[in-house]
Amino acid sequence: MENVELLFLNIAKFIFNWLQSIGLSPLWADFVMLVIKFACIAGIVTVNILILIWLERKVSGFIQQRLGPNRLGPFGIFQTVADAIKLLTKEDIIPSRTDKFIFRTAPIFFIIISLMLYIVIPFGDGMQIVDLNIGVFYFLSVGSLATIAILMAGWGSNNKWSLLGAMRSVAQMITYEIPLAFSLLGIIMIAGSLRMSDIIAAQSNVWFILLQPIAFITYFIAATAELNRGPFDMPEAEQELTAGAYTEYTGMRWALFFLAEYTNLFAVSAIAATMFFGGWQGPFLPSWLWLPIKAYLIMMIFFWIKWTFPRIRMDHLMSFSWKVLIPISLANIILTGCGIHLFRWMGWW
Amino acid sequence: MVLEKDDTEILAKNNIIVTTLEKMFNWGRAHSFWPLSYGCNCCPMEMMAAGAARFDIARYGYEVFRASPRQADLLVVAGPITLKMRPVVERVYEQMPEPKWVLAMGNCAISGGPFKDGYSVLPGADTLFKVDVYVPGCPPRPEGLFHGLLELKKQVQGKA
Repeated sequence: MENVELLFLNIAKFIFNWLQSIGLSPLWADFVMLVIKFACIAGIVTVNILILIWLERKVSGFIQQRLGPNRLGPFGIFQTVADAIKLLTKEDIIPSRTDKFIFRTAPIFFIIISLMLYIVIPFGDGMQIVDLNIGVFYFLSVGSLATIAILMAGWGSNNKWSLLGAMRSVAQMITYEIPLAFSLLGIIMIAGSLRMSDIIAAQSNVWFILLQPIAFITYFIAATAELNRGPFDMPEAEQELTAGAYTEYTGMRWALFFLAEYTNLFAVSAIAATMFFGGWQGPFLPSWLWLPIKAYLIMMIFFWIKWTFPRIRMDHLMSFSWKVLIPISLANIILTGCGIHLFRWMGWW
Repeated sequence: MVLEKDDTEILAKNNIIVTTLEKMFNWGRAHSFWPLSYGCNCCPMEMMAAGAARFDIARYGYEVFRASPRQADLLVVAGPITLKMRPVVERVYEQMPEPKWVLAMGNCAISGGPFKDGYSVLPGADTLFKVDVYVPGCPPRPEGLFHGLLELKKQVQGKA
């Protein structure tokens, strides 16, 4: 049991010692370790996406009383592989009137940003690439950069649908950034730290979902909008905007946007698990299994919501954030502050 | 260049091995046609039924209907092409990235159907571009569409 728990840490220690034994200085060994860790992140992300896309198609099928992909392999698990092969071998069209540099760099920029989110996710006990003392702040600020990538795609495409989709996306993401940050503020007040490991340690007795239920709901809604998922998938509203900011993208360039959205989905769910559901803490199973389990359960709720609710209108979307979500999350902060003071005054905490 | 079986044997003797990468690509392509959302009136109804619970086109992995031609592989011409619609269809076809396929669904798309002699209707989609599979019917049932798609799958994999 002990060995299973420390499996990945022992592997890392072994590689680090081996690197030093072949004559690398500790600084260079650290650097090589960092590169290996990033490669691992890329591997995790790729495998994750293959599973996630298949899972989403299956879950959507079950919700609509269909079967979903079931011809390729058992339960159709090789469907995503076939799609990936096809997308890789498609013609790469770059329309002549586009802003070529921006058009080409937008998908790369988007996927880099979503990979950067994984740096602060604690995958298990001590399994975090960098345990930043501003972890939550880093997550929020890097996550909001995705707006620029979508705007680049919309502007670079030189297409009116793309630009409209990008503009909508910018408006939506900036609006929902605020309740997203506010809903995490209550937790930071209770834990007294922005560091992920401190927040997990503060949940050893009780998960923050029980102390901050309203914050979880606002976080979840705001995160759905941040991810551009249904019912908030305004930037890609197919009936109105063809494919939104991604209209002019073909093959692998389009697939990169798609991959980045699923990458973000896992990152946001993992952060939700860390902030509200005790992170990697859990009985019996090793810690590096608990975080994926919790993240996948949260993603199931994302799928459930996407395939159940119809898309909401743009003006409703904006007014919902400004008139409902932001006041609620602000009230939650005040309530949390009063609660903390009351508990201290009564001597319960 | 298409290699015959004898050619590959001669190459193999000279230490040149021909891989089956193209086969793998075709396997991927054949199992993920993403159709363009395009149609006229009654054939699209059957197309929608094919996507819904009773028939479920998703079983074959063909359910990803894309609104943008840039991301579609398969143009299902479902309905007559009027002279007014002709430039639009042609442009949409040109906008799709290679490799792309065309499936003519219903009698209107195959030959003009009941509107064949009309002054404003093209006699079939194959007057505009190469059509890979014809699915007759007025409109064809979802099973017919599936049969057409599976025939196209065989074509792409070179088994037809």
